[in-house]
Amino acid sequence: MTTNALSINGVSHSFGARKALVDVNLAVESGQFCALLGLNGAGKTTLFSLITRLYDNVSGSIEVLGHDVRRQPVKALQHLGVVFQNRTVDADLSVLQNLTYHAALHGLSARQGRERSMSELERIGLADRANDKIRSLSGGQARRVEIARALVHRPALLLLDEPTIGLDVGSRQDIQDHVRSLMRENGLGVLWATHLMDEVQDADQAVVLHQGKVLASGTVTNIIEQAGASSITDAFTDLTGQKAMEDAE
Amino acid sequence: MNDKASSHVTRTLGPVQYYRCMAGIVWREALRFVQQRGRFIAALVRPLVWLFIFAAGFRSVLGVSIIPPYSTYVLYEVYITPGLIGMIQLFNGMQSSLSMVYDREVGTMRSLLVSPFPRWFLLTSKLAGGVAVSILQVYVFLLIAWFWEVEPPIAGYFALLPALVLSGLMLGSLGLMLSSVIRQLENFAGVMNFVIFPMFFLSSALYPLWRMKEASPLLYQICQFNPFTYAVELIRFALYLKVDWFSLAAVATCTLVFLSLAVFAYNPSKGLIARRGGPGGAS
Repeated sequence: MTTNALSINGVSHSFGARKALVDVNLAVESGQFCALLGLNGAGKTTLFSLITRLYDNVSGSIEVLGHDVRRQPVKALQHLGVVFQNRTVDADLSVLQNLTYHAALHGLSARQGRERSMSELERIGLADRANDKIRSLSGGQARRVEIARALVHRPALLLLDEPTIGLDVGSRQDIQDHVRSLMRENGLGVLWATHLMDEVQDADQAVVLHQGKVLASGTVTNIIEQAGASSITDAFTDLTGQKAMEDAE
Repeated sequence: MNDKASSHVTRTLGPVQYYRCMAGIVWREALRFVQQRGRFIAALVRPLVWLFIFAAGFRSVLGVSIIPPYSTYVLYEVYITPGLIGMIQLFNGMQSSLSMVYDREVGTMRSLLVSPFPRWFLLTSKLAGGVAVSILQVYVFLLIAWFWEVEPPIAGYFALLPALVLSGLMLGSLGLMLSSVIRQLENFAGVMNFVIFPMFFLSSALYPLWRMKEASPLLYQICQFNPFTYAVELIRFALYLKVDWFSLAAVATCTLVFLSLAVFAYNPSKGLIARRGGPGGAS
C-alpha cells in the first residue's frame, strides 16, 4: 500500500456562518505536482491554514505522509515544508541566519542546520549571498530563499501558496523549474496554489477549487477534456463561470 | 510510491531537540534586538530619563519613609529604581506583543507555528527570548544607575536574576495574551494608553502604596489588584536580598494565568485565531 504525501478527505470549514470549504477531497502522491487552482477567495489559503495547522479542521481528515495533522501534529508537521503567500523571512537577518533559525525550529543541531542550509543555498545558486541581509535580495531571490528554507528539514510535502505573486516572468519561470526539479530529484510531493493558469502543465494533477468546493480534479488533460475546452484557462473559466451561473439561478 | 520519498524518517523529538528549538528562538530574538540598535537605545533612555530627571526633580517633593526592604532612609532615585526595572520589562513585554502582531502580519509568526513542536512550547520559547532581552537591558540600566548613587549590595544583582525571569515571564505572557486579541499594529497605541500607562502609574513603582492610600483609598485598592505592583515589589526585595513571598506568589499565579490564556488563544482548535479566520485573514 502506498502512502500519499498529502491526503485530504471530506474536509469542511466555516468561519461563523460563512462556509470557507465544503467537503474537500484531495491527494498528492510523492513525486507529484498538484496545482490547486482557484480565484482569490476560493478557499486556498483556508485549506493551507488547515494543512499547516494554524487552526484545526473540525470535520474530515488531513494526513501528511500518513500522519493525521490534528491527532499527530508532531509527526505530520516535520514532513511538511511551506512557502507562504506573504513573505515570511526576516528581512533584518542574513540569508543563512534565516535558514538556520528554521533548522532549529525543527530540532536540528547548529552544525546540521548550517550544512543543510548551505547545501540548499548552493542548489539555488545563492551560496555566495549567505551572509547578506534578506532585504538586499531581489524579490525572486528572496522567494528562492523561502523555498530553500522550506526544504532544510527535508520534508516529503512542499506547500506553496501563490509563490510567484509579484515576480517578473523570468523569476516565475526559475521558481517553477526549481520546484519541478526538486520534485523529480527528491520525490517531493508538491501542492502549488495559484490562479495563474500558465503555471500548470498538461501532465500535472490539478484541483479546481471555487467558493470552497472542488469542482474538478484529475490531470490537467482530463480536466480540459471533461470540460470540453481547448485549454486549462478555458476549462477553468467554464467550470467556475458555469458554477457562478448555477449559483445565481 | 517514490523510492526517494519512502526514505523520509519520522523522528522522535526528545529533550535535545526541544533545547535546540528553544535556543534557536531565543537566539533569533537576541539577534533581532542587537540589530535594532534604535530599540536598544530607546529601551535604555526611557528609564534613564526618569532616573536622571524625574527622580531628581521629585527628590525633594516626595519623601520616602523607612519601609521594607530598606533599613534606612533612601534617596528617591533608589526607591524608583525597581519600578524603572519593572518599566523596562513592561515595555519589553508589550513590545514583544507588538512584535507578535507584526510577525503575524508579515507571516513570520506563521512560520514559527508550523514547527512540529507543541504550540505551548513555541510560545513559551518566544517568551523566553523576550525575557532574555529584557534582562540584558535591565543590567545595562543598573550599571549606569550605579554611577548615579543607586548602589544595592553586589549580591543583590545576582539575587535579582530569578525575580527578573519571573516578572519578565509575567509581563511577557500578558503581552502574548494581548497579541492574540489585537489584530492590527495601530491598536498598539491603545495598549500604551490602556495597559502600559495605567499599569505603571497605578503601582508602587513611583510611590509607596501608603502614600497612595493617603491620597485616594480607591486608587490604593486598584493598585493592590495591579499585578505590576507585585512584580515591582518582587524586584525591589530581591535587589536587597529579601523575598516578598506574597509578591512572589502573586507574580507566579499571574504568570500561569496569563500564559494559559495566551496558549488557549493560540490553540489551533480552541483559540481565537480559528474563530475569526486566522492572522491576516484567510480567504
